[in-house]
Amino acid sequence: MSVSPFACTSPDDEKAMLASIGAKTFDDLFAHIPAEFQSDEFNLPEGLSEMEMMQQIRAIARKNSSDLTNFCGAGFYDHFIPAAVNSLTSRGEFFTAYTPYQPEAAQGTLQAMFEYQTAMTRLTGMEVSNASLYDGGTALFEGMMMALRISKRNRVLVDEGVSPIYRTMLRSYTRNLKIEYREVPMGEGIADRAAFAKQLDNTVGAVLLQNPNFFGCLDDLTDVIALAHSAGAIAVVSAYPISLGIVKTPGEMDADIVTGDGQSLGLPLSFGGPYLGFLTAKKKYVRNIPGRIVGATTDGQGRRGYVLTLQAREQHIRREKAASNICTNMQLCALRSVIYLSLLGKQGFADVARQCMDRAGYAWARLKAIKGVEPLYDRPFFNEFALKLPKDAGEVVSDLISEGIAAGFPAGRYYTGMENVLLCAFTEKRTKKEIDILAAKLESVL
Amino acid sequence: MKLIYEISSKGRGGVRIPEDRISERDIISKNLLRAAPAELPEVSESEVVRHYTKLSRRNYSVDTHFYPLGSCTMKHNPRACEAAASLPELCETHPLWPQLRHGGLLTQGSLQILYSLERMLSEITGLAEFTLQPMAGSHGELTAVMMMAAYHRDRGNKKTHIIIPDSAHGTNPASAALGGYGVVTIPSDASGDMDIDKFKAALNDETAGVMLTLPSTLGVFNPKVKEIIKAVHAVDGLMYYDGANFNAIMGRIKPGDLGFDLCHLNLHKSFSTPHGGGGPGTGPVGVCEKLRPYLPISRVAKTKDGTYTLDYDFPKSIGYIAPFYGNFAILVRAYAYLLMLGRDGLRATSDRAVLNANYVQEKLRPYFAAVTKGRCMHECVFSGKTLGEGVHTLDLAKALLDRGYHAPTIYFPLNVPEAIMIEPTETETRETLDAFCKDMIEIFELSKTDPDAVHAAPVTTPVGRLDEVAAAKNMELVYI
Repeated sequence: MSVSPFACTSPDDEKAMLASIGAKTFDDLFAHIPAEFQSDEFNLPEGLSEMEMMQQIRAIARKNSSDLTNFCGAGFYDHFIPAAVNSLTSRGEFFTAYTPYQPEAAQGTLQAMFEYQTAMTRLTGMEVSNASLYDGGTALFEGMMMALRISKRNRVLVDEGVSPIYRTMLRSYTRNLKIEYREVPMGEGIADRAAFAKQLDNTVGAVLLQNPNFFGCLDDLTDVIALAHSAGAIAVVSAYPISLGIVKTPGEMDADIVTGDGQSLGLPLSFGGPYLGFLTAKKKYVRNIPGRIVGATTDGQGRRGYVLTLQAREQHIRREKAASNICTNMQLCALRSVIYLSLLGKQGFADVARQCMDRAGYAWARLKAIKGVEPLYDRPFFNEFALKLPKDAGEVVSDLISEGIAAGFPAGRYYTGMENVLLCAFTEKRTKKEIDILAAKLESVL
Repeated sequence: MKLIYEISSKGRGGVRIPEDRISERDIISKNLLRAAPAELPEVSESEVVRHYTKLSRRNYSVDTHFYPLGSCTMKHNPRACEAAASLPELCETHPLWPQLRHGGLLTQGSLQILYSLERMLSEITGLAEFTLQPMAGSHGELTAVMMMAAYHRDRGNKKTHIIIPDSAHGTNPASAALGGYGVVTIPSDASGDMDIDKFKAALNDETAGVMLTLPSTLGVFNPKVKEIIKAVHAVDGLMYYDGANFNAIMGRIKPGDLGFDLCHLNLHKSFSTPHGGGGPGTGPVGVCEKLRPYLPISRVAKTKDGTYTLDYDFPKSIGYIAPFYGNFAILVRAYAYLLMLGRDGLRATSDRAVLNANYVQEKLRPYFAAVTKGRCMHECVFSGKTLGEGVHTLDLAKALLDRGYHAPTIYFPLNVPEAIMIEPTETETRETLDAFCKDMIEIFELSKTDPDAVHAAPVTTPVGRLDEVAAAKNMELVYI
């Protein structure tokens, strides 16, 4: 029996095939490579049967906690996923295909991507979309680079309300590039208009904002974006897609580029990935968009079909002059999200957003009523808000974990002076009872 | 076929969401709300299921077709790996939990998988340590270039460019540029390897490193690799191993042993995680001892008491390149695959991938111009210039679609005219390879006797050849 569990040739096949190419053994196939390049020392375990492997992984997986009630969000949310999302994306025709290099043999993937692009423009209020990027953080970086290509400038202003997880990534990525990257401290829970007005001049090429911001606060960014435009800068807004079921779109605020993470659109939390970076923009900037774009066209008989288009932007054509280095993206995750959006539909999607707001509204009233707890900012929020506790938030979270509750995310991890601040998130999955328990337990440890 | 938006009907709904309200919340002021709901489709669940099921059937895939797309390693995706990645304890874990105090205890299973997979990849490649964070191959390349830059900055080296052979994937130069370096391209010699003299002429003290795909995109193992590495190290440059073609040498050759300083692996190629119609991929990067300090944070560590934890305190690190720990659910699949392969299975896998490619190469050699006279590795590259007059590689590709095969990679590598790049992988039977070669030869003959028939292909696919020029000109990129 073959020792390669998934290879398909029998020993007889192999003998005959080796003979047909003038070889006797497998070693002969590598004889042209100097022997000193080859190694016999691989300190790896013996291969397992499927059954043994599953037993082993199950045992490891059980070391994870699986019955925690989760109020931790910070940009990554525990939303309900309809069963049909898994069922459809598990079809081998989708997940065992690759990049649609032969469009006639990939109309399924291509049309789904065209539908995805359409959905993302409608969510964000923009005109064009790419077919996905890796995650919300790399999408924001790509959005920033795109803004600098358009403006032909090299200065970036980033609101500190933008996720600190993304800002740490931006700092890494800009380090080797000739980009002047500057973070603008927040005002009271929202972007500081005066600070932006002061720092915006005709050298700033990109202004990066987020709505709702890391603290969950909602903002109408129209005036900040207008400020950016008046200085000739491009405005990039990072958005939380579920909020767009109800919240004013970046498009309505006149943003030029919208990015974000599509994890909330039907993707499990999965300990950090795979997620889904999205990027939408005004149509006039389409030639500066990074990554794949699907377009509609026709065949010789006039039948509608879809192809990868405007490829002159991409690395396989432009090499070092490409708009981005991205090749493989997050196609299957994008497929999940368009199926998710279709299953919920126009009404259902708005309902999910309202449910999130409703749960958060109840929690807001319950939690801020606890003695010693007060809101960090008294501002409109979507499904997440920050509370100032009378003691260290990290300690509180630690205490509640042993009670089976992930109470939130301690903002002090990223913001100095916020050691007592707890960020709590609420999705449609959280019940009144769970929130009541959170309130009671929180009260008991303060 | 209609779009999901075209079957939408006002008032129809799919999955129901609870309607109960638990708060009296006077929502928020109008200026913070969108003017009208997003125009998503209004369709029932059954319509969604039928629509996407029908769409799926308009795809060729490994599950349904032989898919010899060169350089992409379209091997079978074992379903046990899917089952492992679908375990609820692994899917439902929030990535921020281990960053909460004592939260690491909630995710010991996930951290153990990351730690174990890192160790296995180090052993397989002969490199000291891995980061699993890069979310695709080109993301791995960029991560590696960023580490090169950090190393040179730390050493006070003034480095301006990275050397890349012309046969490399376009992602190599694009990643080098995004990492802040200029690119020096070296042409290939007659045997398809980077021209050694031109390479040596380009190499100087300002060379940050060299990105090399091995075996090359021509499916050939460069015998001068050690000479190249020695020369690069002499100018304190770094050698980068592009693992796109790692399926050729698993269990036989360790890039670290050859002297490579960094490497990325495409887990969606060699390690059998699904390609997903174009992702998610995953591109872990391994580094040699001297580059350890520059790895991205966070890093997974094992403590003395046997528990797993995340470390952040690496002042020379390039910082964060991903929000968390990489495409975790994909990493689980690769881990499951490696557990099943084991030590012997690893080598046996590459052996059979190389056998299948050589088998196809020799069967087709009398008809198409093979780029190598000798053995190929896991893929074989031909030129289609021996096809009948006026018949091109593109036509051959379309004719293959009609015969039930996905086409090979075509017109890449760029240094082979009319290139046809065939990578059969180890998960195909001899019968499939025989049938494919027979069809290739028949199309070859047809190109001489009836070129119009080849030009007309494909006729069995859901659509015929599509007008790509019109697509770029009309820019119809969303449904309006």
